[in-house]
Amino acid sequence: MARTTSRPLSPHLTIWKWGPHMAISILHRVTGNGLATVGMIGIVWWLMAIAMGPEAYDTFQKCATSPIGYLVMIGLSWFFFQHMMSGLRHFVLDMGAGYELNTNKTWSMVIPVLSTLATVALWATIFAGKF
Amino acid sequence: MGTGTGIGRVRGLGSARHGAHHWLAQRYTAVGNLLLVLWLIFSLVTLPGLDYESVRNWIANPLVAVPLALMLVSVFWHLRLGMQVMLEDYVHDKGLNFLSILLLNFYAIGGAAAGIFAIAKIAFTGVVK
Ligand code: HEM
Ligand code: HEM
Repeated sequence: MARTTSRPLSPHLTIWKWGPHMAISILHRVTGNGLATVGMIGIVWWLMAIAMGPEAYDTFQKCATSPIGYLVMIGLSWFFFQHMMSGLRHFVLDMGAGYELNTNKTWSMVIPVLSTLATVALWATIFAGKF
Repeated sequence: MGTGTGIGRVRGLGSARHGAHHWLAQRYTAVGNLLLVLWLIFSLVTLPGLDYESVRNWIANPLVAVPLALMLVSVFWHLRLGMQVMLEDYVHDKGLNFLSILLLNFYAIGGAAAGIFAIAKIAFTGVVK
């Protein structure tokens, strides 16, 4: 890309001390793109399999309920809750609130805890219903 | 860089003047995702079974088929906007960036079309029995 090399660049990732807000930020990107690829291919596969008939659905179900299938689905559910909650955090920040150092740090640490709790609650409900 | 000047814009180096709309659409679709994906999760958990018959009959209900199709529109639109930002950040080569945005458009529109067609087929061919 054409760029003027004489322009100053802002200091990049390497010079900052890592903090919870940075982790939340990059996790928002990772989870969003994970859901966008693996998650949505899974959903469309599921719908296509139902539309195509019992054999296709059977194949889908075998994959979804294999150990790897469960691992992927549990991972995707955590990805969703994490992305959802850091997305809600975005809405708060968009309004100009929540930038005070302590507030920002606290919420950045609370969000992964909340999404883990939501994931555990979800799968506890699912497995409790099953067995 | 040509930020702000006419020739810069022609060369695609300055503001494309779509930033605010992109940002807002990302937020509108986020609200759509929030409501519709939570609804899907809740429904899957409360459905009596996830076997072929149960899921097919469930989707055949118009009150399910419509929100499910809307969910696909909302999520694929949201991810098209979101992944574009990610690609703009990481794919610096102009040609490759162009190509990756092109493929992203194929993925988003193709994925949504495939999903909505599947829902339509299930809904229009009716409840099996
Ligand atoms: C975060 C998202 C997800 C949640 C909350 C969820 C929920 C569930 C539930 C309720 C189970 C347990 C199966 C049972 O008790 O029989 C399960 C397995 C299954 N899931 Fe997922 N799932 C998720 C992701 C997906 C996706 C993306 C699909 C479609 C692509 C899907 C379709 C299925 C199917 C058909 C099974 C096998 C069901 C069976 O053998 O009875 N799930 N999932
Ligand atoms: C399963 C559904 C979802 C998918 C596939 C998805 C995907 C994405 C992707 C790929 C990005 C771009 C991330 C980046 O590269 O920086 C993104 C950004 C964003 N998402 Fe989602 N998302 C989903 C659900 C949600 C929900 C439920 C919310 C809100 C509660 C939300 C709020 C946001 C916001 C606010 C942004 C923009 C962040 C920014 O401006 O930097 N998303 N999403």
